[in-house]
Amino acid sequence: MKVIKEKHSLLMRWTHWVNFPILTIMIWSGMLIYWANDEYTITLFGHKFFSFFPEWFYHALKIPHRLSEGMAFHFLFMWFFALNGVFYVIYSVISGEWRELVPKKNSFKEAWLVLLHDLHIRKTAPPQNKYNAAQRIAYTAIIIMGLGSLITGLAIYKPVQFYYLTRLCGGYHFARVLHFVLTLGYVFFFIIHIVQVILAGWNNFRSVISGFEVINEPAELITETPVQPTTANGNENN
Amino acid sequence: METKTTKEKKELTVEQQINRRNFISFAGFAVLAGSAFGGWRWLSNSPEETAGITAGAKAPLRRALNNTELIFRNFFSSNHLVKTYPKSRAAKHVRVNSDIGIESNKKFDPATWKLEIVKKGGEILQITLDELKKLPKTELIYDFKCVEGWDQISHWAGVKFIDLIEHYHLGEYTQMQYVGMETPDKAYYVGIDMPSAVHPQTILAYEVNDKPLPLGNGAPLRLIIPVKYGIKNLKRIGTITFSNTRPRDYWAEQGYDYYSGL
Repeated sequence: MKVIKEKHSLLMRWTHWVNFPILTIMIWSGMLIYWANDEYTITLFGHKFFSFFPEWFYHALKIPHRLSEGMAFHFLFMWFFALNGVFYVIYSVISGEWRELVPKKNSFKEAWLVLLHDLHIRKTAPPQNKYNAAQRIAYTAIIIMGLGSLITGLAIYKPVQFYYLTRLCGGYHFARVLHFVLTLGYVFFFIIHIVQVILAGWNNFRSVISGFEVINEPAELITETPVQPTTANGNENN
Repeated sequence: METKTTKEKKELTVEQQINRRNFISFAGFAVLAGSAFGGWRWLSNSPEETAGITAGAKAPLRRALNNTELIFRNFFSSNHLVKTYPKSRAAKHVRVNSDIGIESNKKFDPATWKLEIVKKGGEILQITLDELKKLPKTELIYDFKCVEGWDQISHWAGVKFIDLIEHYHLGEYTQMQYVGMETPDKAYYVGIDMPSAVHPQTILAYEVNDKPLPLGNGAPLRLIIPVKYGIKNLKRIGTITFSNTRPRDYWAEQGYDYYSGL
């Protein structure tokens, strides 16, 4: 017998899906800006392994010679990026949803077991509520990263007026490196996230749009508890 | 009728509820995604602003830049100073990034140069370099920042803009909103909001690394304004004007933010 189980609040779903295009625009416009002085490379012992970014990459994405345009987009969408993040954090704190998100004492140990399970090395995964230990760590980290992008961004944007932020970020140069590395972090997060969502399947994906998952409960449970209260509840929440 | 519909609602099976909620949320999602896409299309297809003091940006993006300026102006303070460095950190070879308005094939004789300040009623105050050098000299070793993303610690010296204003009794002009500066050939020009112009670290520099400015760095006199990106640091100042509206600005006509403040 199928049962509806509430999972994600409307505000969580809203901010999640609003963030996706905004962050995409921020990364794209950030690349338009970065191109004008693309100085970052991965160099070890004098050998340049990779430079951000190769020419073919710039041309494929039509990035060259668009600095002013990149800045104009970046400094508009930064507002939406920041506001959306602030809404989510305030909501999580007030609603108490942060309890499901922030890592617990044993999360770091458990995350390892989750990883082993995901890699099919371990048969069982630790018990979980809304998020497993690895998700708690990843999703909390991504919020902190967002805050980091905001602070390092302001430190680069107004290094004289917000000199204390620039100092906090270890200076203008280091703030820029952090801002760049955080962006690489989002791309890395995105790749893992997409793979995990595909592996987790439709029920999980749908819950980030509809807010609920469908659980198959054993028949004897149904006779004990009528379906009605759960569903009435569900309608209220949605 | 009413009782019938409520009765029907109560009798929805779990399967029906799932379908119904899926339909509502996916339809909502599609509508939102569609409007987001429409909004993006509108923005990327929006026309360029009408060319004026600013030009070259899409109209909505220019509005956003101007509004963002207003918000960040609230955080501006003349007490916020750019970080300064010891002399040993200053670059020996100061980067020359652009020669607009000071091209080497243009006739220019620094010896006959005079700074021109346009006063009310069109009266022009002419000041020679020697006269400027008699005013208190201010040194500044700071990290010069280019809008492109590079920066360089460099060592400049000259007269503070506010010292020049006070010495020549131009204090009343600081009540105005903007300062405009142009090269003698009028090919490069910047507009600076008054709070930034009278910031204590804004100098009209005539020396770099303790030596007179080379032509490439803006001889005989250039603007060094640490609260702005390099694009506002005009080389070879010809005339200075005051106004309550934005003076013309070379890079603001090329799609860049007029304020470009740091």
